[in-house]
Amino acid sequence: MSIMGGGLHRMTMGKALKHATVLFFVLIWSVPTLGLLISSVRDKDQLAISGWWTSLSSKISNDVVRMGSADDQQQQGDHYIITGSVFEGNNKGTVLTFGFRSDELDAYKAGETADIGKGQTLLVTAAGEYTLSSSEAFTSSRGKRLFFVAKHAPRFTFENYHKVLTSEGIGRAFVNSATVTLPATFIPILIAAFTAYALAWIDFKGRATMLALVVGLLVVPLQMSLIPVLRLYNEVGGYFGFPAKSYPGIWLAHTAFGLPLAIYLLRNYMAGLPKEIMESARMDGASHFQIFRTIVLPLSVPALASFAIFQFLWVWNDLLVSLVFLGIADDKTVMTAQLKEMLGSRGNNWELLTSGAFITMIVPLIVFFSLQRFFVRGLLAGSVKGG
Amino acid sequence: MLQQLFGAATAIVLSVGVCVAFFYGANALLDYYATASGLDHRSRDRRERVRSIVQPLIFVGPALLLLSIFLIYPVIKTVQYSFMDRGSFEWVGLANYVWAFHDQEFLQSIGNNILWLIIVPSMSTFLGLLIAYLTDRIWWGQIARTLIFLPMAISFLAASVIWKFVYDYRGPDSEQIGLLNAFWVGLGGEPQAWITLPFWNNIFLMIILIWIQTGFAMVILGAAMRGVPEETLEAAHMEGANEMQIFFKIIIPQVLGTILVVWTTITITVLKVFDIVYAMTNGQWDTEVIANMMFDTMFRAGDAGRGSAIAVVLMVAVLPIMWWNIRNVRKEEI
Repeated sequence: MSIMGGGLHRMTMGKALKHATVLFFVLIWSVPTLGLLISSVRDKDQLAISGWWTSLSSKISNDVVRMGSADDQQQQGDHYIITGSVFEGNNKGTVLTFGFRSDELDAYKAGETADIGKGQTLLVTAAGEYTLSSSEAFTSSRGKRLFFVAKHAPRFTFENYHKVLTSEGIGRAFVNSATVTLPATFIPILIAAFTAYALAWIDFKGRATMLALVVGLLVVPLQMSLIPVLRLYNEVGGYFGFPAKSYPGIWLAHTAFGLPLAIYLLRNYMAGLPKEIMESARMDGASHFQIFRTIVLPLSVPALASFAIFQFLWVWNDLLVSLVFLGIADDKTVMTAQLKEMLGSRGNNWELLTSGAFITMIVPLIVFFSLQRFFVRGLLAGSVKGG
Repeated sequence: MLQQLFGAATAIVLSVGVCVAFFYGANALLDYYATASGLDHRSRDRRERVRSIVQPLIFVGPALLLLSIFLIYPVIKTVQYSFMDRGSFEWVGLANYVWAFHDQEFLQSIGNNILWLIIVPSMSTFLGLLIAYLTDRIWWGQIARTLIFLPMAISFLAASVIWKFVYDYRGPDSEQIGLLNAFWVGLGGEPQAWITLPFWNNIFLMIILIWIQTGFAMVILGAAMRGVPEETLEAAHMEGANEMQIFFKIIIPQVLGTILVVWTTITITVLKVFDIVYAMTNGQWDTEVIANMMFDTMFRAGDAGRGSAIAVVLMVAVLPIMWWNIRNVRKEEI
């Protein structure tokens, strides 16, 4: 869209500056998330010692291992040898140099045979296989230390995800989050739609008061509600003999907390629908319920959709309400609470935190990218008149 | 796992079904018992009167009930609890408030909250306005806006994890894996444990919320800016105004109303948000804010009286915004 008219086709200093500024902001806004995504698929050992922006380059590391001891020796002819590998597990790499003291890491090149003296030699191949050979039997029960420099290729893995989904409980929390979120999205929309219709089109006593009430409640911090509602739940739950922290409890809480905004947005939208349609339908003898179902609801789909996205994201991303009304340390923990737990207990295991955080982000991101236009429209409907 | 999925699906279908059944059932009942056909004039009038009372009740009843139980009743109760002891058994008068305003941590959290309230809404609104303006006339503006809007979709907690990683600190001898320290060391600085640096750590936490909220401000202000008549801008251009002048003298005054709305909305978010502080520092190293302290007092220390008193202070802080909102709506209605 050309607001500036004629100014567009001149590429001036100002234009270059504008592009550079926007690029700067875009980088600040996306690089942190990018770092999280890249880190979540990196090998955990590499992640722990190097920045994610270096993840594509090979890592040179200085390392030390203790070679096999006398117990591991084998006799071959008149020689005794100890063999093994300097690399453990899947931490493979390429040996560059090696030595016997920490300040002599580059004494010998990989593939060279080092003469240790007393008839002993050591060969370390680039692949990390070492052969310690001696003309007399080894006697030491402790293996000799080998210092080496190795190059490791960049490694990417989905192991982090596998671990987070299984042993860290994120997988189960995912299902819990869905169980909380779907009804807590649908129910408030339904209730709010009926209320919004009544506030917009049914003439009843107390309508203005109720509208003012809804608007006032928009800004009530929901922290106000926590203790009284929790106590209410405990009393009601105790009376009927079911646990206070339950799915119906959190559905109702999320529904109520989402209602003021939902009613407000939907009422604004419905009040803007053409008056003539409603009036002629009333003339024809249609009841409010029929008008609502057959005319208003279908016409309100854009507003309903945008609020649905809003409420979905808000419930899915919520931490406070679920901490209070579902709690942790039982099988109902939702994803945000589970991630918070990991942040406490696994604060330094960035491979788990990054993949865990990304799993909690997948659903909102999918919703965001596929329904971005409705989401934006919903925001605008509530904030800018005529948006 | 399968059992869990099945249970979840059942719960979802049941809850939604109950809800739909209520509205259909209530309306069907109303139609059945209050039908006006086949009656004489007087009873028809009576039926209609009953109908005109019951009908709106069916429509707004559930919402009214839920709002009363979950918002209105708790507000009253919280005010009451704030004058009672930790278990809400005995009245203690103003003791909780006296405690609060003598408590070092609370005073500090008020100070921090004021900082948050000044910095986060103003920075988010300003950056949102600036980015909306800049991206409006470049060919990749839509992509840029999408990327800047994206943090809106993720949870405060995930955002905290993302930034905690950016702020990560390693000792001076090891390679830094946090982006900020890598930059800092690259510029020749000593690596810093950013989130434990008093005062500055507050700013580092605020950056997270600014990062989340700027996209929101950008989208709304962008829409408002597109509403500025093109003739006005062209006329200004003809007169020889430069971009700075157009931005500050024409666009900003035209969207001032929207700026206020955005500012208010972000202010409310700032007052209520606790996840970021809870996840990053839990109020340590002088970063306490009211919302987090309230959560701590209520649920970790188990003191309903003091927690409620803090909640009431928060509520009072929101009152002017509430009053302003209601007044605006009233004005529109007339």
